Amino acid sequence: MTTTALKEWPLWEIFVRSKQGLEHKHCGSLHAADASQALHMARDVYTRRQEGVSIWVVPSASITASNPDEKGEFFDPAADKIYRHPTFYEIPDEVGHM
Amino acid sequence: MYTQSFNVPDQAGQKTVAVTPSTEDAELMARFDARIDADGRIEPQDWMPEAYRKTLVRQISQHAHSEIVGMLPEGNWISRAPSLKRKAILIAKVQDEGGHGLYLYSAAETLGTSRDQLLEGLHSGKAKYSSIFNYPTLNWADVGAIGWLVDGAAIMNQIPLCRCSYGPYSRAMVRVCKEESFHQRQGYEALLVMMKGTQAQREMVQDAVNRLWWKCLAMFGPPDADSPNSAQGMRWGIKRISNDDLRQKFVDATVPQAKVLGITLPDPDLKWNEERQHYDYGQIDWQEFWDTVEGNGPCNKERLATRVKAHNDGQWVRDAAQAYARKQQERAMKEAA
Repeated sequence: MTTTALKEWPLWEIFVRSKQGLEHKHCGSLHAADASQALHMARDVYTRRQEGVSIWVVPSASITASNPDEKGEFFDPAADKIYRHPTFYEIPDEVGHM
Repeated sequence: MYTQSFNVPDQAGQKTVAVTPSTEDAELMARFDARIDADGRIEPQDWMPEAYRKTLVRQISQHAHSEIVGMLPEGNWISRAPSLKRKAILIAKVQDEGGHGLYLYSAAETLGTSRDQLLEGLHSGKAKYSSIFNYPTLNWADVGAIGWLVDGAAIMNQIPLCRCSYGPYSRAMVRVCKEESFHQRQGYEALLVMMKGTQAQREMVQDAVNRLWWKCLAMFGPPDADSPNSAQGMRWGIKRISNDDLRQKFVDATVPQAKVLGITLPDPDLKWNEERQHYDYGQIDWQEFWDTVEGNGPCNKERLATRVKAHNDGQWVRDAAQAYARKQQERAMKEAA
């Protein structure tokens, strides 16, 4: 069986705000010819049951991600700075909640 | 939505070939193994052994193809649904299956394969999909029975996949499972309504169940003893529960539902085993299963031809959308200049 040559639509990342007051959250990706089509497709693919009140679509190619191979050097500097956490500090019990 | 246990090789005749050991860098491998052992998750940019990647691409794409082909047997009944209510329900379900296919294709694409390659695999017949869809839907009760039994079997299979070690696949499965319960319940309810109807309607339900029951048991894949890839899948956290254990869970869950419905399951050996605290069931015809997987089921050719035709008929839509997008972009650039 033969198919005609396939030409791909670009890939988009989809972010959905589930309700007013909450942030947009990444929920997946899809292919679409342009941004407005991506929005329509995202509505049909990711919000068939009222999962969202707002959608962002972002060309996947526009996303710059940190390199997982450099995860160590990139994130480790925060590991030894425990004084950045409230639990680092000992406060007398009689002070109560602080 | 539907999987059979997808350790079915895409190329026929490779049934017993186990996954080949990788020769990749030992340190990366050790780190990968450690993360798997700690029940951690692997994300698209992380290093992974080639065999892990290949297994996932095969499994996720077979799963996606099953969703897409799975639209066809039920889609046949949209124009013949017995009421507007049932028609609306069926359209929503078939649309869900299409959506599930899209979630899964996206997940597969994170592994470095393209949508075109995936579709080419399906359309050329190289890639497999769940063999259950290579059987015809002969009467309206088949639509209900598919929801109850086929989707029911799929749920059993898919719930453990929500904990799969590959992040994008497990997230897609969470989304799918949320929607799946509607599929099973609408099917079961449609059958309940028919069982309250005429004798002829009750016979239609029994007939549909008789034809689908054994095929549903086969959906869980070959017995554990004949599943060479299962152990590796378990090791990698792709597979969490064995084929036979899932099959047993499905039988145990379904027998009481059949009783409430008022039909009999077509297996004279089906009976409660007090000692095992499970239902015993009869022999599955694996020869028929493999014949169907290898392309010789009653509807394999028709399903694939319908799918390829739909895709080709849609070519002008894809071209037009692309031409329109290009034109809009050119116009925007001209206005900006």
